[in-house]
Amino acid sequence: MQQLTMGQAVNQALREEMLRDFNVFIAGEGVGVSIHDNPLMPTAGLLKDFGPERVKDTPVSEAAIAGLAVGSSVMGLRPVVEIMFNPFVTIASDMIVNHAAKLRYLSGGKSTFPLVVRMKSGAGFGAGCQHSHNLEAWMAHCPGLKVVMPGTPADAKGLLKSAIRDDNPVVFIEDMMLYFIPGPVPEEEYTIPIGKADVKRVGSDVSIVSWSKMVGVALKGAQILAENGVDAEVVDLRTLLPLDRETLLTSVRKTGRLVVLHEATRTGGFAGEICAIVAEDALNSLKAPFRRVTGPDIPVPFSPPLERFYIPDENNLVEAVLGIM
Amino acid sequence: MQPSKEKLLEMLRTMLLTRCFEDKLMELCQIPGKVPGMMILCTGQEAVASGVCAALEQDDVIIPNHRSHGHLLAKGADPGEVMAECFGKITGCNKGKSGTLHIAVPEVNALCTTTVVGGGIPIAAGTAFAQKYTSRKSITVCFFGDGAADEGSFHEALNLASLWDLPVIFVCENNLYAGAQRHEEHTRIRDIADRAAAYAMPGEVVDGNDAGAVYAATVRARERALAGLGPTLIECKTYRCRGHGESDHQVYQPREEIEAWKEKCPLPRLRGEMLAQGLMTHEELDRLEEEIRKTVEEAVRFAEESPYPDVAEAFTDVYV
Repeated sequence: MQQLTMGQAVNQALREEMLRDFNVFIAGEGVGVSIHDNPLMPTAGLLKDFGPERVKDTPVSEAAIAGLAVGSSVMGLRPVVEIMFNPFVTIASDMIVNHAAKLRYLSGGKSTFPLVVRMKSGAGFGAGCQHSHNLEAWMAHCPGLKVVMPGTPADAKGLLKSAIRDDNPVVFIEDMMLYFIPGPVPEEEYTIPIGKADVKRVGSDVSIVSWSKMVGVALKGAQILAENGVDAEVVDLRTLLPLDRETLLTSVRKTGRLVVLHEATRTGGFAGEICAIVAEDALNSLKAPFRRVTGPDIPVPFSPPLERFYIPDENNLVEAVLGIM
Repeated sequence: MQPSKEKLLEMLRTMLLTRCFEDKLMELCQIPGKVPGMMILCTGQEAVASGVCAALEQDDVIIPNHRSHGHLLAKGADPGEVMAECFGKITGCNKGKSGTLHIAVPEVNALCTTTVVGGGIPIAAGTAFAQKYTSRKSITVCFFGDGAADEGSFHEALNLASLWDLPVIFVCENNLYAGAQRHEEHTRIRDIADRAAAYAMPGEVVDGNDAGAVYAATVRARERALAGLGPTLIECKTYRCRGHGESDHQVYQPREEIEAWKEKCPLPRLRGEMLAQGLMTHEELDRLEEEIRKTVEEAVRFAEESPYPDVAEAFTDVYV
């Protein structure tokens, strides 16, 4: 199996879908000629191979980029547009929240918007809180959108291919720190369905539910827990909307314990939704209170020790799990 | 290009239909429970939609805004289905999920309507991009008001459309009021069309109550767009005779101003011109008005007799 970073895996998905379907084009700030010129970045080399008609560098205009996606998709194209960093989605959010998510419903199902908005997220690269702010819970609060956050290169490739082929608007959030970590990716053609969680580690004592970069942290934590006699199951949601309730509930009913781990800040974070679902539908299975391990309720700080403190790590996770064992 | 007799008739017909349709809505929305929610009318602005759409072909796309009845009817939407949508009935254009405010009629390439001020402008750049990308011989028209020209989306989208020579016409219906703010209270510039210069595209000021002039400007802009020369901003100067919505008592609009603009109403103007030029007789006009009155009556009957959607319908169309 090939070893690819998530950036390379995304690049392969884009490349394959562009070869497969002329209606697929990409647009965004620096998707062609980039200030982040690096062969490991997701759109590296696409301009050279597909030309400026299909790889559109745009002005620094997030609303126009997202509007381009909405308008071109309703005409039958399959745009994959990039919002450079998750916090910049605020400028594009009218197009995503009020338009991409709602116009199909408003049309009574007559119009469709098969678009993908990719964005980088995650703290850890020292850019401060206006570049690092995980806003997936905002996006997941919008019926009409699908929200995907892969945690491995293989998932990123398979899920992005599904997102591009999906007839609904998909927000696809890639953690920047995963761009440079290699992992196995199948050589053959494959897709991964949106809305399906993946049990990344089978265990019997506690369900650790996570997504994106925190899946790796969860697996590291599970390893430490195993050394302490705790057999943790790691459920990678992969998609927040629509949520795979069945895999979540099956796991919690089996283990009887739940710890949700995400990098985003705590209050209003998506862990609250997971815990609420479990409390509503599997409370009787719980042997202990659920716990949330999240970023603290502060903007992502810049100073390296503070930024490291902000990002939940395996020690925070292990402590939380041991606290309910 | 001056409109032919057929085009003049088409515009007159659309304007009469829009006025009759909206006068009826104005009446119906006073009856509790009949037409729910907000009611936003384009009374006095009918020449813009009629003039623009008379210059378009079926394949051309329009992106209307919150004041959209005129745009939709001028593009050929079925009056019965639009009326039923205003009533919130299942037989409406959008199964009652839109209501009057954001009606989409893809059958006539009114692909989406948005009530977020300025929201349609980046989308129009997107539909125009698709037209160019697939080498279609069609263009997009985006309708918006003077208030929308103060939104960031206006500037982002005009810049992009100009940069990429997109086949789109930005039609600003300057009805003198953005909400309760009169033109000079929300911008220093006198003509919104001046903003075109900032994006290196032609900006044209047109008498928005002159359907023929609107038509001619649209024909020019459409030819330019189809020739690959890019977008045009057309500012149609007109007047909002009603409030922002029907619950707006227009306390900020001077009575004499409203009366003065009613004198400039585009409907009697075109009607008068056509009669004076002998393009139609009084009898023909009477017949046309009678036919339109019946069309609107039929639309109301259709809406009234149609059922409301079943509650289960609330859960459909969220996703494909």
